[in-house]
Amino acid sequence: MIINHPLLGPRDSEEFVYLGSADLINRPTNWESEEAAEDFYQYLYIRENIAGDNRELWYHEQGDQSWLVVTRCTLTHEIKSVELAQDVSRAQGRSK
Amino acid sequence: MSQINRIDGGLIDQTKSVSFTFNGQILRGYEGDTLASALLANNKHLVGRSFKYHRPRGIVTAGSEEPNAIMEIGRGAYKEPNTRATITQLYNGLEANSQNHRGPLGFDFMAITDFFSPFLSAGFYYKTFMWPKAFWEKVYEPAIRHSAGLGKLSMLEDPDTYDKGFRYCDILVIGAGATGLSAALTAAESGARVILADEDFVMGGRLNSETNEINGIAGSEWAKQAVTKLAAMDNVTLMADTTIFGAYDHGIYGAIENRADEARADSSKPRQVNWRIYTKRTILCAGATERAIAFGNNDRPGIMMASAVRTYLNRFAVATGQRVSVYTNNDDGWQTAKDLTDKGVKVVAVIDSRSIDPVMSIEGAEIFMSTDVTDTKGRRVIKSIMLSNGKTIPTDTLAVSGGWNPNLHLTCHHRGIPKWNEELVTFLPDSSVPVGMSVAGRAKGTMVLSDAIVEGHNEGNVVAADLGFKTSDSKPATTASVAYNVTAKWGVPSGKNRAWVDYQNDVTAKDIKLANQEGFKSVEHVKRYTTLGMATDQGKTANVLAIGIMADNMDQTIEETGTTIFRPPYNPVAMGAFAGRRRGMEFYPTRYTPTHKWSEEQNAIFVEVGMWYRSQWFPQPGETFWRDSVDREVRQTRESVGICDVTTLGKIDLKGTDVSEFLNRLYVNAFAKVPVGKTRYGLMLREDGIAMDDGTTARLSENHFVMTTTTANAVNVYRHMQFCHQCLWPDLDVHMISVTEQYAQYAVAGPNSRKLLQKIVDPEHDISNEAFPYMGAGEISICDGIPARLFRISFSGELAFEIAVPTRYGDSLIRVLMEAGEEFNAIPYGTEALGAMRIEKGHAAGPELNGQTSAYDLGMGGMVSGKKDFIGYTLGLREGMQRDDRMQMVGFKPVNKSALLDAGHSMAGAHLVNLRDKPDTFTDQGWISSSIYSPIFGHYIGLGYIKGGHSRKGETVRAVDLVRGQDIEVEICSPHFYDPQGECLRV
Repeated sequence: MIINHPLLGPRDSEEFVYLGSADLINRPTNWESEEAAEDFYQYLYIRENIAGDNRELWYHEQGDQSWLVVTRCTLTHEIKSVELAQDVSRAQGRSK
Repeated sequence: MSQINRIDGGLIDQTKSVSFTFNGQILRGYEGDTLASALLANNKHLVGRSFKYHRPRGIVTAGSEEPNAIMEIGRGAYKEPNTRATITQLYNGLEANSQNHRGPLGFDFMAITDFFSPFLSAGFYYKTFMWPKAFWEKVYEPAIRHSAGLGKLSMLEDPDTYDKGFRYCDILVIGAGATGLSAALTAAESGARVILADEDFVMGGRLNSETNEINGIAGSEWAKQAVTKLAAMDNVTLMADTTIFGAYDHGIYGAIENRADEARADSSKPRQVNWRIYTKRTILCAGATERAIAFGNNDRPGIMMASAVRTYLNRFAVATGQRVSVYTNNDDGWQTAKDLTDKGVKVVAVIDSRSIDPVMSIEGAEIFMSTDVTDTKGRRVIKSIMLSNGKTIPTDTLAVSGGWNPNLHLTCHHRGIPKWNEELVTFLPDSSVPVGMSVAGRAKGTMVLSDAIVEGHNEGNVVAADLGFKTSDSKPATTASVAYNVTAKWGVPSGKNRAWVDYQNDVTAKDIKLANQEGFKSVEHVKRYTTLGMATDQGKTANVLAIGIMADNMDQTIEETGTTIFRPPYNPVAMGAFAGRRRGMEFYPTRYTPTHKWSEEQNAIFVEVGMWYRSQWFPQPGETFWRDSVDREVRQTRESVGICDVTTLGKIDLKGTDVSEFLNRLYVNAFAKVPVGKTRYGLMLREDGIAMDDGTTARLSENHFVMTTTTANAVNVYRHMQFCHQCLWPDLDVHMISVTEQYAQYAVAGPNSRKLLQKIVDPEHDISNEAFPYMGAGEISICDGIPARLFRISFSGELAFEIAVPTRYGDSLIRVLMEAGEEFNAIPYGTEALGAMRIEKGHAAGPELNGQTSAYDLGMGGMVSGKKDFIGYTLGLREGMQRDDRMQMVGFKPVNKSALLDAGHSMAGAHLVNLRDKPDTFTDQGWISSSIYSPIFGHYIGLGYIKGGHSRKGETVRAVDLVRGQDIEVEICSPHFYDPQGECLRV
């Protein structure tokens, strides 16, 4: 596969390490609340098994060490978009 | 009797003779021959024995689809089994041997299996060798493997070199026949970067085998001119003898280039190159493969594909027989009869299964329409054929054509399903081809040559235009239009005789029928039950024929029957080509520590730790056993001072105003307020609460930290930290970089370690206990101004330091330290002594951090902060993670102190059971994870996990090692054997 890195252009997927769903960005912040256990359980373990466009995290380990959010169709391997994970994280309201 | 079947002409050089051997007999061929064509020129029809029944078999095809003529080529370590003679280019000194027979090829002792054939039908092995179960492994399987089979491996390491390469282009054209050349010409004229690949060592495809004229010249000559023209263009890369074996995602293609010629001349050159081709668009012009017809005894040597007979005749100037007959269900078969007659070879009969008028007149041949071949005779080579009209015809070659199948394999590598075409009686690629691929010519079902050329020509232009290149205004080549008509003919009723479908795996029409009768309806099930199409040729000549037979058996359409799935590789690929240069020591990079050279000078014994080479121990004169050295290294370090290279630990440099907060969220313990000049031990969890790694982090200045990780987890921890920063807290002011290889770091441990270091640390840096206490850290200089980092941390449990210098000083530093340490009897110690001391001290390491343990299990529950969020906090609080009956880490010592002293091994790996229990899975209480002989205590000690261990100290259990036959009583104790109060550390 070829991943079109937003900073470095098209790179072979061999240069990357795959982690999993981009939902891993959404780490709960309510560690002190009563729902924390349930929320962290949902965050870490519960995933949709998507037949179609899946947003997933890839790490450019043999490159610039960017974490990327890659939107890939699980049926065709077509890659629809590639974003820097830190941009996605910020857009989802995460900061410090 | 040299080359008795050779005639004049052909595309070979009959002035250049080449000598080779077949089963030890010296034979001659010509430059340009394949091994198969040279064998046929020498009238060698019998070239092998079949897989299961040891039937005599001959050359069937002239291409990579060959099922029968597979041979062992070369000798010794160079021997390569299962090589297709039909694509092996002949060279001087080639040694070929037929395979799968005992005794001479002409009289195979195993041919007796042929008489047992009624018992060896589909599923025979499954049904027969069921009982007794134990016999399968010991008796049946070895016997079957011995009698059935392919060539034998040399069992020696492959001495050849293989390489990998990468190529990039705009348009990849696969196949350099008439269509592919036409497509490549227009694509190249547009200015696009073009790669043209063909599996044959001579480009031109079927043009080299046929008599068609193109643009008024011989087709082969037109092809040669086209190749010359392409070769002269800068934007074209020609790859002959290169098989595109797989279509992968996003325009990536796998290709194997054969460079055997070059490698034979220079053994340092690769024999094959595994190319990865990156292309924007691909035009598949892979042509078509002829299939057979299943009739009685259709596997005798001398029965060949009609197109192969033409290839041998026209390209290689070999007449495979003197009295040839042709059996066909389509117009193309007739061309074989015509070409033979034109070259003066006698054709005795043309048999056509169709009820039509003869396609052409063939001089001197009997013509039989609406007629089939029902049986043949001749053991080592065909002698006669029997027809459905009762006639018997003596013949020495039978050319068979059952129609043509497009080579659509690559169109299906992304799960494309080919669709049936009733008119052409074959499968065609449907629209679900891989993204970026288009198909032209016979591969697409365009069977008429003149149409295929136009299609290739146009496709080259269309694809180039799609990519934004200007289209070529050249005209497509012209040739006479020759019609292709075909009527389905799969099997002929063969009575008691067997009709072969898959030659290589010995599958007959009867086997398929039996499978169908036994309820195997799916083509995928029939394939696996009968092994149809599962040999090295992957059923290139057999599969469509088998599907036709299945459809007939089950009285359904071929569409309903369906096809099996095509997967890469298109042709077999040597494992060596996938490995490339990554063999032996080149399998992955080798990492040497900065003391490596010095350690070699000390005769150190090395151990591989991941990619690293580390010194395991340093034998001294007189030490004959590894423990002599290790025990001495431990004792001398604890008594005076020892030095160990710990460069392999991961080192991560962190800078930024938020680093302390960042670390606070990574480690279970508080890191927000580590003072400048201090180091702190930290434990990191995964988000699920399981221990991930431990290490120390020092604060060198307000906003500058340096972290160490374990050797094994260096990469994972860094990746995890990047994830936490970029994905979870992108605005924390944190910058990090791995500096594992930038710093050489040595542990200097033992009561004299400070005295030793004081000799090399520059005087302005006070490292006394008061100025540089336990867990101190700082940037200093040594040896008159060389920058260094000093950490007062201890893995051994002694007063100890770790000193780091830029890697380029690493070799000098070990020499300087050893010289300065002479007065203290300083010694180097290796990973064994390091391990022994950490077990004595009770530090968890790799065997304890096994991915199942929580902070509480490790006895570090007290370290875990409840006042902050950190990775693993919430899920680590789960009830199951904190239960008292979990496997908890404790120490173990034998009740009998002399236990195992004579055994030559430690307690490591032993499982723990209660005193009176029988050791089994149900009574299992835990295990010993690390164990060594402690030279300090004089007996074995161990760390390990036992259920509820923290509250069981003082209890006696048994450590049972069923593998090594040991069963000893051990006492559960604190893991901190040596200096449990940590007094040594603080002096």
